[in-house]
Amino acid sequence: MADDDLRVLTSDSYAGPGDAGRTGAWRVLRPVIDYEKCAPAKSGKAACFLCWLYCPDNVVSKTLEPKIDLVYCKGCGICAEECPPHAIAMVEESKFSDLEAADMVQAGAVTAGADRD
Amino acid sequence: MRDKTIQIRWHGRGGQGAITAAKIFAHAAFGADYPGVVMAPSFGTERRGAPVEVSLKISKARINDLCPIENPDVVVVLDDSILRDADVCKGIKPEGLLVINTARGKDVYEGNGKELRLATADVTRLAEEAGLKRGIVNTGIIGALAKALPIVPLQTLLDAIATEFGKARGPANVEAARLSHEHTRME
Amino acid sequence: MQVFDSGNVAAATSVKLARVQVVAAYPITPQTPLTEKLSQYVDSQVMDAEYVAVESEHSAMAVCIGASSAGARAFTATSSHGLLYMAEQLHWTAGARLPMVMCVVNRAVGAPFSIWNDQQDSISQRDCGWIQLYASDHQEILDTVIKAYRLSERICIPVMVCYDGYYLSHTYMPYRVPEQSAVDAFLPPYTYRHTLGPEKPTSLNTVTLPGGRTDIHGNFAPGYMELRESLDSEMKKAVAIYSEIDAEYLDIAGRGGDPIVQCYLCDDAEYVAVALGSMGRQLHDVADGLREEGIKIGVLSLAMFRPFPADILRAQLSGRKALIVFEKAFSPGQSGALRSELQAALYGEASQPELFNYILGLGGRSYSSVDFRSSIIESIQRKPGETGRCEEIGWIGLGR
Repeated sequence: MADDDLRVLTSDSYAGPGDAGRTGAWRVLRPVIDYEKCAPAKSGKAACFLCWLYCPDNVVSKTLEPKIDLVYCKGCGICAEECPPHAIAMVEESKFSDLEAADMVQAGAVTAGADRD
Repeated sequence: MRDKTIQIRWHGRGGQGAITAAKIFAHAAFGADYPGVVMAPSFGTERRGAPVEVSLKISKARINDLCPIENPDVVVVLDDSILRDADVCKGIKPEGLLVINTARGKDVYEGNGKELRLATADVTRLAEEAGLKRGIVNTGIIGALAKALPIVPLQTLLDAIATEFGKARGPANVEAARLSHEHTRME
Repeated sequence: MQVFDSGNVAAATSVKLARVQVVAAYPITPQTPLTEKLSQYVDSQVMDAEYVAVESEHSAMAVCIGASSAGARAFTATSSHGLLYMAEQLHWTAGARLPMVMCVVNRAVGAPFSIWNDQQDSISQRDCGWIQLYASDHQEILDTVIKAYRLSERICIPVMVCYDGYYLSHTYMPYRVPEQSAVDAFLPPYTYRHTLGPEKPTSLNTVTLPGGRTDIHGNFAPGYMELRESLDSEMKKAVAIYSEIDAEYLDIAGRGGDPIVQCYLCDDAEYVAVALGSMGRQLHDVADGLREEGIKIGVLSLAMFRPFPADILRAQLSGRKALIVFEKAFSPGQSGALRSELQAALYGEASQPELFNYILGLGGRSYSSVDFRSSIIESIQRKPGETGRCEEIGWIGLGR
């Protein structure tokens, strides 16, 4: 029995940045990772990644140096709160220059998981 | 519809096994070429020792009316002490049949002005003789009903009782029904 | 195989045959024997399912939501206050378009406290987005639950299978049980198009803004209102889809053919009695009796209340002299829901029947075939044009 005539609309949201647009502009505090303290960066092993796990917008990459996609990071600070070695600092956005703000849109910083199907 | 259905109302006390008895009789009737069989306990709460009713309708055709029986053709009483607590013959049809477990014979029921046919058996005593504990009367009363209302062969009923109670408890229950069948008197 | 057992056992048997994987339920009279039977089946491994003993009906439905979202075939059952306690989750299940089947063993709603039958519980939930089917005997309970899974999983809308407490739940009658292999061939394993799983993390039923939005791929993601509209338009397709499913079931089980409405003696009927559930069955006897007296009456038993099969009802009922609608539920201040909806369906028809509405059996109040008969005669004897107004109710058995 073909069911092509049924749309079955639901409101589902798939893990991936940008479901609410470019939310990086909402940020007041910016997460900055100190790779001297960050467990996977320091050890060179795939470990910890609690920032990746907890990020509600899925903007932290699961790479040995975790990277944060600042185009979409809203600056909620959950990653900093959860980081066991306190490697993530929340820094006032106003401390960064315009030039640095432009750098937010960096290729390669986009995180995984945005595939809808 | 209506009057081709045999309506049997059972009166017992909660815990006495009236539902099981009606169910066994229903099963046997179903197996004896009565495709229309509907059985229902009185709707609601069943409390141990309190009077309970069971409606059993038997027909050669499909039964559509699932309401409790108001005008029974047959009333079965598992224990004559219920006569004090309930008007067991309420709504019974003229020439209706009353089957009672009693040691008092025809004196048990004075008829209440109704023209009834009365069948009695001392099922309590006979069941004990058959080897059941005192007060287990629900299989015995099936034998009494089978005598007074011979619509299902006795052997079919005995087989249904044996199936229901299995190897351990089956034989005494079958014997209780057989003995009660033998000693039921049409008064 | 033919068996002689209660309606609750018929329902439990169908749940087993449907190979339900998760049962979450809280006992409530008169549903209790159904869930007891299912817990026995699971405990004795007759059924390969997870039985989740929850602390409330709200949680029962929450567990079913989780199970269905994760791709498991889920079942629950309840009555009366239990159904109302899960009301919030009922809307959620429908909005989330989760397939599942629930038996509602119809019982009155308090206050005052009543454990007896009427249909106020399920009728009061007609707007929560579930499909509602009503069974009139044990065979229909068993067959309907199996067909309801096919329907629900095809259309992604949950289905209530309603049957009268006591009149069906606790009454014993014969019914046929199909072979497991036949049911397996009819009802394939459940797959859900949005299955939640770790390989594809998803947030289901997220906050939905008043307007639509653009998703991460730049596509239009529907908003709340689009979802509601699609729930309506797709539920309406259930009439045709259920008929197709029923035809397939007829092939495997030899039963069915009239899944939406069952008409008895309707061909030449001037008058038609209309009812839901076990009343429809009893009305057959009443019609037989009235026919012997030359009264041209038929019976229409409605087996589907949501979606409301208006087309079929118009085709069947338009042009009759009068409809007599018997109901075990009503909307205080108005009338029986079925009567209102029938009238709405017939509005604008060239030839509208007169409509009479009788309410009976509330809280288990006794009724008999004699009551149906006298109500029908009373309605027929009304003068033409003296139709029952929409808010007029005839009460059966008051003061009894």
